[in-house]
Amino acid sequence: MKAFLILEDGMVFEGVSIGSDREVISEIVFNTSMTGYLEVLTDPSYAGQAVVMTYPLIGNYGITPDMESGRPWPDGYIVRELSRMPSNFRCEGTIQDFLAKYDIPGIAGIDTRALTKILREKGTMNGMITTDENYRLAQILPRLKSYRTGNVVDKVTCGSISRLEGRGKRVALMDFGAKGNIAKSLNKRGCEVTVYPAHTRAGEILEGKPDGIMLSNGPGDPKDCKEIIAELKKLYDSDTPIFAICLGHQLMALANGADTHKMKYGHRGGNHPVKDLETGRVYISSQNHGYVVDTEHLDPAVAVPAFINVNDGTNEGLRYAGKKIFTVQFHPEACPGPQDSSYLFDKFIEMMGGNQ
Amino acid sequence: MPKNPEIKKVLVIGSGPIVIGQAAEFDYAGTQACRSLKEEGVEVVLVNSNPATIMTDKDIADEVYIEPLTVKVLEQIIRKEKPDSVLPTLGGQAGLNLGMELAESGFLEKHGVTLIGTTPETIFKAEDRQAFKDTMEKIGEPCAPSQVVRNVEDGIAFTNTIGYPVVLRPAYTLGGSGGGIARDETELIDILTNGLRLSRVGEVLVERCIAGWKEIEYEVMRDAAGNCITVCNMENIDPVGVHTGDSIVVAPSQTLGDKEYQMLRTSALNIISELNITGGCNVQYALHPESFEYCVIEVNPRVSRSSALASKATGYPIAKVAAKIALGYTLDEIKNAITGKTYASFEPMLDYCVVKIPRLPFDKFITAKRTLTTQMKATGEVMSICTNFEGALMKAIRSLEQHVDCLRSYDFTTLSEEKLRKQLAKVDDRRIWVIAEALRRGISYDEIHDITRIDCWFIDKIAILTEMEARLEEEELTTELLKEAKRLEFPDNVIARLTGKTEAEIRGLRYENGITAAFQMVDTCAAEFAAETPYYYSCFGSENEAGGSDGRKKVLVLGSGPIRIGQGIEFDYCSVHCTWAFAKEGYETIIVNNNPETVSTDFDIADKLYFEPLTPEDVENIVRLEQPDGAVVQFGGQTAIKLTESLMKMGVPILGTKAEDVDAAEDRELFDKILEQTQIPRAAGGTVFTAKEAKEVANRLGYPVLVRPSYVLGGQGMQIAYSDEEIEEFMEIINRIAQDHPILVDKYLQGKEIEVDAVCDGRDILIPGVMEHIERTGVHSGDSISVYPAPTISAEVKAKIVDYTERLARALHVVGLINIQFIAMGEDVYVIEVNPRSSRTVPYISKVTGIPIVDLATRVIIGNTLKDMGYPTGLAPEAEYVAVKMPVFSFEKLRGAEISLGPEMKSTGECLGIGKSFDEALYKAFLGAGVEFPKYKQMIMTVKDADKPESVEIARRFEALGYKIYATRSTAKYLEARGVKARRINKIAQESPNVMDLILGHKIDLVIDTPTQGRDKSRDGFLIRRNAIETGVYCITAMDTADALARSLEHASVSEELNLIDIAKVNNI
Repeated sequence: MKAFLILEDGMVFEGVSIGSDREVISEIVFNTSMTGYLEVLTDPSYAGQAVVMTYPLIGNYGITPDMESGRPWPDGYIVRELSRMPSNFRCEGTIQDFLAKYDIPGIAGIDTRALTKILREKGTMNGMITTDENYRLAQILPRLKSYRTGNVVDKVTCGSISRLEGRGKRVALMDFGAKGNIAKSLNKRGCEVTVYPAHTRAGEILEGKPDGIMLSNGPGDPKDCKEIIAELKKLYDSDTPIFAICLGHQLMALANGADTHKMKYGHRGGNHPVKDLETGRVYISSQNHGYVVDTEHLDPAVAVPAFINVNDGTNEGLRYAGKKIFTVQFHPEACPGPQDSSYLFDKFIEMMGGNQ
Repeated sequence: MPKNPEIKKVLVIGSGPIVIGQAAEFDYAGTQACRSLKEEGVEVVLVNSNPATIMTDKDIADEVYIEPLTVKVLEQIIRKEKPDSVLPTLGGQAGLNLGMELAESGFLEKHGVTLIGTTPETIFKAEDRQAFKDTMEKIGEPCAPSQVVRNVEDGIAFTNTIGYPVVLRPAYTLGGSGGGIARDETELIDILTNGLRLSRVGEVLVERCIAGWKEIEYEVMRDAAGNCITVCNMENIDPVGVHTGDSIVVAPSQTLGDKEYQMLRTSALNIISELNITGGCNVQYALHPESFEYCVIEVNPRVSRSSALASKATGYPIAKVAAKIALGYTLDEIKNAITGKTYASFEPMLDYCVVKIPRLPFDKFITAKRTLTTQMKATGEVMSICTNFEGALMKAIRSLEQHVDCLRSYDFTTLSEEKLRKQLAKVDDRRIWVIAEALRRGISYDEIHDITRIDCWFIDKIAILTEMEARLEEEELTTELLKEAKRLEFPDNVIARLTGKTEAEIRGLRYENGITAAFQMVDTCAAEFAAETPYYYSCFGSENEAGGSDGRKKVLVLGSGPIRIGQGIEFDYCSVHCTWAFAKEGYETIIVNNNPETVSTDFDIADKLYFEPLTPEDVENIVRLEQPDGAVVQFGGQTAIKLTESLMKMGVPILGTKAEDVDAAEDRELFDKILEQTQIPRAAGGTVFTAKEAKEVANRLGYPVLVRPSYVLGGQGMQIAYSDEEIEEFMEIINRIAQDHPILVDKYLQGKEIEVDAVCDGRDILIPGVMEHIERTGVHSGDSISVYPAPTISAEVKAKIVDYTERLARALHVVGLINIQFIAMGEDVYVIEVNPRSSRTVPYISKVTGIPIVDLATRVIIGNTLKDMGYPTGLAPEAEYVAVKMPVFSFEKLRGAEISLGPEMKSTGECLGIGKSFDEALYKAFLGAGVEFPKYKQMIMTVKDADKPESVEIARRFEALGYKIYATRSTAKYLEARGVKARRINKIAQESPNVMDLILGHKIDLVIDTPTQGRDKSRDGFLIRRNAIETGVYCITAMDTADALARSLEHASVSEELNLIDIAKVNNI
């Protein structure tokens, strides 16, 4: 079946429908990872977005157990070519079926490079995937322009508290849409990890007397999370060691007087160099963010930049003055992408006093 | 960390002559690195014995030594030039070993020279088998368990601890001879016994067999601050068991999930960190296809063939960055030259798929075993880029120039299903074609996978191609079908064949429906950032990103494709220099080529690089888009020449010598007219198509005769026939491939072979020098030792050669380069052949005369005259030194290949010896080719009757040098009778000790074996030669070569310090 991707600027790509054939409007973003399409699909941070994979051959190893959450989250999936016959010893099925099962529409067979260039030049924009051959641009474009993603954290956070047992430090993980490997990375190192829904009050978390608090990644505009930001300020004041990733990093910055803004087309992929400003070392990181912290208005007495992006100089991490708090924009939990910065979990554990 | 200010003058070690396993990739890496060093204001001293390289140009380095790559020579250069640093990581294994030896002996320390780019500790840890194993164990990286054994019992005992099957590798045998896979004890005893005997040191490595696992490579970079990145990973379609150089390789990996990908990536970074590598490094893995188990196969702590491929596949200039790291920079300080925005500390992201296919020499060595093993056999490779795997595979196939354009090009349809299954199990260069046939017969993916161990993902992709073949044959050719076939990169001629239409019809249909190739950019970042460097590949069904003009005149330079015997790196040298010369004259330059090992496909050589197959259709796609003002074909070897007609049909003017004049040189009848008109004699001959006609001509001329196809390079298929039977045999071989042009049969004249290259501006010519071959005619010019200036011909003969060259160049209206080969018999001169294009000797003669021939030829093509450019005409003054070009062979790597020299070229590379005298130059040339005598002062002689008179004097000279001579019956008898002490030795068939025992005793320096003429059918001689080669014994098959070697040894025994010549300072004019 034919499918169409219609962009806010009026550009239309024709391809073939994959997954569900329902119509969807979403924000279109691109990811440059060459492997890890499944981790991308199941990363809750993609809620509210339709993802374009710039690597043209997707689905080569099918669906494996490598999922970052229980289901795929993007509103839509855009690829050049889906493998008709995945091959891997752990393969359990095809992307086609996986998308269909979760009623996620997608489009294949389009020039993803041309699309990526549009997004690069004009910035992230909204788009529609439809199988209606008689679509009418005049009606669709105003809808695309007025579409707003809204608060998506509520959609992806867990419904109740859960726990991964461990004999080491006790970590409270705030789930704003956490990728599975954050909890796993801590648990693997011996930590007991208690996962809290995003809207859990600071008081409740602190009552559990955790050795440290982990703020997760998540989708959407950080400024939409006003209530959470207010709670984070309380966590900040509690003097509990805190480590934050991605959305968690942005929210903690907002809680401490910094600002955030939307980037032109964000960082999504597994090849972003980040520099540790303390040591000068550069690490290749996994990234997925469309917003970034402005450090200009950040009071150095509160926090100073700890990492920057080598390519564009944007902020990639903060170290909070006088606090056992550090936060990063990139993803040390990888999945997909390089594991080079996984040492940060060790650093967090050290900050909590270390696992015996 | 900024640049280390202590580094001001660096000695860069090249990799020496091109051999199988060490080819043009090191010229590419070396050239890029030298430019990168010079960019930083560092003075570069270069040493490489290979004159065909671009790195040995005076524009690339400040001081250039084309000298033998030995420790002694390097020490002498260091004493003379006093560099502060030595960079050994760009010259392949050869360079690395030399660097290591210089460091270990304490020489570098004593002279205050630092090894940069790596440390001796790093080299030791990576190269020493035990040290490497210990290092891997220390950081928990698994290697396949292995042990060196010296007897069969230990071999059995060790195998019992690790389990069958095991791989056996005898130490110090070349070409993997004596090795193999043992599946049970009987096989183990068998192979091990033989292997221990073949090994010079009596050692065999027994290793757990991981054949059939996925073979994955990572190219990684690290700087001194410890920052690491991976440039690229690659997956071999052929699983472990086939050398990666002989495997079809895809980048990035296709069948690995992120978990596998990151597991190996993290491992690779751990390894380079532990080895403390600063620069580029290649790590090879075997990955179990059904688990996460893996083994580290090997680590190369230097640039390599794989790093060249990774650079071209991603756009990331590994050698350039490695050179900057060697100077002290960190990755985040080095700009990414492609985007100009990002830095070297990032990882390239591809939005396309890259396929590499090796170019194997079995068309040249028809007796060689086609089987692919852990010993590399390929002489070169092609790479292609497309947005899908199928398309990339199809493009790579047609880039090979081996008469293949699709998966039907090798015909296995006549095999029974049972035979086909057996054929599937054979691991050779035609395996993907066999798989395609198996799929057409309905053999299941699983069965094919079980037999080949090739991942089903790739098998399915081959199936998609065979399904398309069937659809094109069976269905009506709709626009949709045509579009899909083109998306899969079916060329028009293949679609035409399958649909029963003509190629013109298919092209017409495409253009009517707007199905045309689009060009996309290789930008290192999957379009995330705007890129500045125009490096393109074609695909169908995408937006075009290439094209456009900046007002300058545009010239299309056609490259020479994959490196093969007969068309080597020399033509890339010519293409690159031509491109640079056009750029200097204000032209916009466009290079088309498909060889990832070369300098010409570096992203900043031309204004635009199209990484594409060199077929008429692929070139036409570029022509339609770029509308060049002209094309140059005379520098790209036969590959480019073959495109002349097609280019003219596309309306592209051919710059330089006109196509009809090129034809006049190649076409027998037209050429005869030219010779008549210019009154130049040649050997009598005729043109034929069939064996019957050939025999008629041969009998009319009288045997022996020379038989050869026209329009080939490197004398492919050329033979000397002594009888009707041999004519029949040779004609059968030649006609196995349909010939578009007639076959030439000429009277064979034996005399001195003389060669010249000349630049002609349409009126005047300039001959930089006259070269004389040491071997008489009958040995291909590329395989002969060539001497400049010609040492033994008279002034009259020289004058005649200059005169004939002038006459021929004028008669053929040559504008640009011409290469002519002559025979001198006494004072008579005959012409053998004329090539109105660049030749193999162009780089060598340019360097030794200091005359930039390609540059001049290019400027002549643009319209300058020699006089305008201030150059003299006629023969240039001779140099004050002698240069000897020595061919280098790779026979030990090609099991079963016939090594005796003849009219068909067999060498893979060359080295140069430059000296104040002929003797010194000759000595250096032998030294450069790795002939370092004497060791045991024992030799074997077995010569054919015709050579016996000459053999006496040669034997006497070796005797005088202290050699103990063994000879087979008739040779011994002949020598004894003439007062040379020759020990008689039994033939192979006779009882021990026989000649084979002597060779396998590993105490022989040299075998002189001149085979009976024609294709030698004597199994004895063939076995002697093969065994000599496979056990590392130098083997000579022509008396003239033996004479030269004796002379060189006589010189060596009296010579002292060598004279070093900096050819960057040479200028004869």
